[in-house]
Amino acid sequence: MTPVVLAKSVLLGVPLWLFVSSLLTFKPAWLKHLVSIAAGVAVALAMVTLIPTGILSYMTTFILMASIYGVLSLGLNVQWGYTGLFNIGIAAFFAIGAFTSALVTTVKPTGFNASFTQQAFGLGLPFWVGLLAAGLMAGVLAWLIGKPTLRLRDDYLAIATIGIAELVRLVFQNERWLANGPQPLRGIPQPASCLAGNGCSWLPGFVNDFFAPLTPRDYPFVYVAIVALVLYVVYRVLERAIRSPWGRVLRAVREEEASAAMNGKDVAAFRMQSFVVGAVIMGIGGALYAHYVVAIDYGHFDPLYGTFLIWVMLMLGGSGNNRGAILGAFVVWGIWSGTSFVVDLLRPTLAAISPDLPSRGPYIRFFLISLLMLFIVLYRPMGILREEKVVSLDRDLA
Amino acid sequence: MSDTNPVPGSLPRSTGTRSEAESPAAPPLLSIQGLVKDFGGLRAVNHCSFDVARGSITGLIGPNGAGKTTLFSLVSGFYRPDEGRVFLDGEDVTGLPSHLIFRKGLSRTFQIPREHKSMTVMENLMLVPKGQLGERFWNPVFRPGAVRAQERQLREKAREVLDFVELSHMADQPAGAMSGGQKKLLELARTLMADPKIVLLDEPGAGVNPTLMGKIREKIEQLNRERGITFLLIEHDMPLVMGLCDPVVVMNQGSKLVSGPPAVVRTDPRVLEAYLGGQYGALEG
Repeated sequence: MTPVVLAKSVLLGVPLWLFVSSLLTFKPAWLKHLVSIAAGVAVALAMVTLIPTGILSYMTTFILMASIYGVLSLGLNVQWGYTGLFNIGIAAFFAIGAFTSALVTTVKPTGFNASFTQQAFGLGLPFWVGLLAAGLMAGVLAWLIGKPTLRLRDDYLAIATIGIAELVRLVFQNERWLANGPQPLRGIPQPASCLAGNGCSWLPGFVNDFFAPLTPRDYPFVYVAIVALVLYVVYRVLERAIRSPWGRVLRAVREEEASAAMNGKDVAAFRMQSFVVGAVIMGIGGALYAHYVVAIDYGHFDPLYGTFLIWVMLMLGGSGNNRGAILGAFVVWGIWSGTSFVVDLLRPTLAAISPDLPSRGPYIRFFLISLLMLFIVLYRPMGILREEKVVSLDRDLA
Repeated sequence: MSDTNPVPGSLPRSTGTRSEAESPAAPPLLSIQGLVKDFGGLRAVNHCSFDVARGSITGLIGPNGAGKTTLFSLVSGFYRPDEGRVFLDGEDVTGLPSHLIFRKGLSRTFQIPREHKSMTVMENLMLVPKGQLGERFWNPVFRPGAVRAQERQLREKAREVLDFVELSHMADQPAGAMSGGQKKLLELARTLMADPKIVLLDEPGAGVNPTLMGKIREKIEQLNRERGITFLLIEHDMPLVMGLCDPVVVMNQGSKLVSGPPAVVRTDPRVLEAYLGGQYGALEG
């Protein structure tokens, strides 16, 4: 058991710990966490020891990306799953979150570099400030969209969101002064990257010593722990909010708006709250994404990656179920990544059919994922994990 | 045919042969004054005016299309009236949105029950009470203890209401799984969760078997007697209206035709004519 194995296991243990602890329900909480930390680190240790390095890093980045999508899927679940708000412009909030965090955390280049990277500002603030700013800006955007459209019928919200998502993307594509326009906005800092480098000045020495064997190539192990923590916090906050009178009103609005209004609920206000809360979460998801990929441009936020894939995740996992939303993100991201292999394997076959087919391979992935969506809607419309029978009552009270 | 509009806020005129126990000076709990509602070219409610006395069980009858349900929707803030005023307990509530009118003590049920289908009966009831801490997003997140304590009280109250309407066995079932009659009871139960001053019931007996109907009627009388809740109810079941309600208001073509004690109303020739020459034989009997 080398120091590098230990360091990786502890970091990879974080998502596993949080996963196990959200499955366990017994009390007291400290014992539950003790058990799940032990289980998480043990499994991580086994994985790091037994799995070849290449596959292990692939799995780590897989968990990482799926967790980011899990955050986005949770945001959509608030809006669609619990409130029935038909937002088909997730990409707008995703993009706003990503670019906001990028602008808040990068430093505006000067001198020679300024001719390559233009950006409106660069505050050089820490990652967590970027995360909060991303949520805030996405929330503000949601409020602005919601104000005129949420009072109207559902379809107007759908039209408005899809239009604004395109608008946001085109603004980032064309306005070079804002975030480098068609060129990627580069150099987005990776939080706690010092942990996989020369050590962090803000951490005590023994922690730095423990993680010292990690090299910059091992950074995904650090970031997967951070993303998993954010996902877990978002999940817990949402669970509390949904299993309460707030969630009860959202579901009442979804099921029968007139009746909710007649029973004293300000329907427009609750729809707005749900829309904004969902958007804030999507914005945070966008920020997590930006800090992982380091360089972002408008192309990352097209309707396929930014909206459609997230819808498939929620539909497959189970809309109206937060665990389902996360599960869907993992399953669909797995299928999405898997289809990439399938298309690669098919390459010779495709070439045999027609020489220009292999270059069109990526479209087969769209086709496969659309087919999946179709099957969900036809055969399992409630998703893998259906909405629970009793949602808005505290489990401890029953 | 319709009453002329009194000055807003003034005491209502007493109309004709009212027999209710109300003293002439007592302000009505609900005062409907000259309401008008047009849907395109159709005038659904046409200068309709009448009062509902505090503590009464007032019946609202009239042929199909007379504008009764639309009137309910105007009073409960579901639609905005084009003209006229609505006063609730002396306060002008004209054009307020439903949720604000609800907070002022008016509850309304729907002709076709509108339950929250996939939510349990218990959840449907616990949804209703006003002033719930946990309806603010941050409270369940940061103050779960306080929310939980309030939830305990609400659940207790919901249990009492369920006992009262004899639906306790359905508490954990999805509301959508109930029978039509049970849904009617749920509608009534929801109004009870709100501690209303006045309840507007839209055909509480429609599609309900006679036994259940008797039960609903009993509940209405009991609530009126013991808790002093005022009722205004639309109903087509004439024996029920004649037995339960006093006074009875008759609407026709969007306006009030007559009002008065049931015995007077049912012999009024204008009422019989409105119902197309005795189509409703029950009126005579």
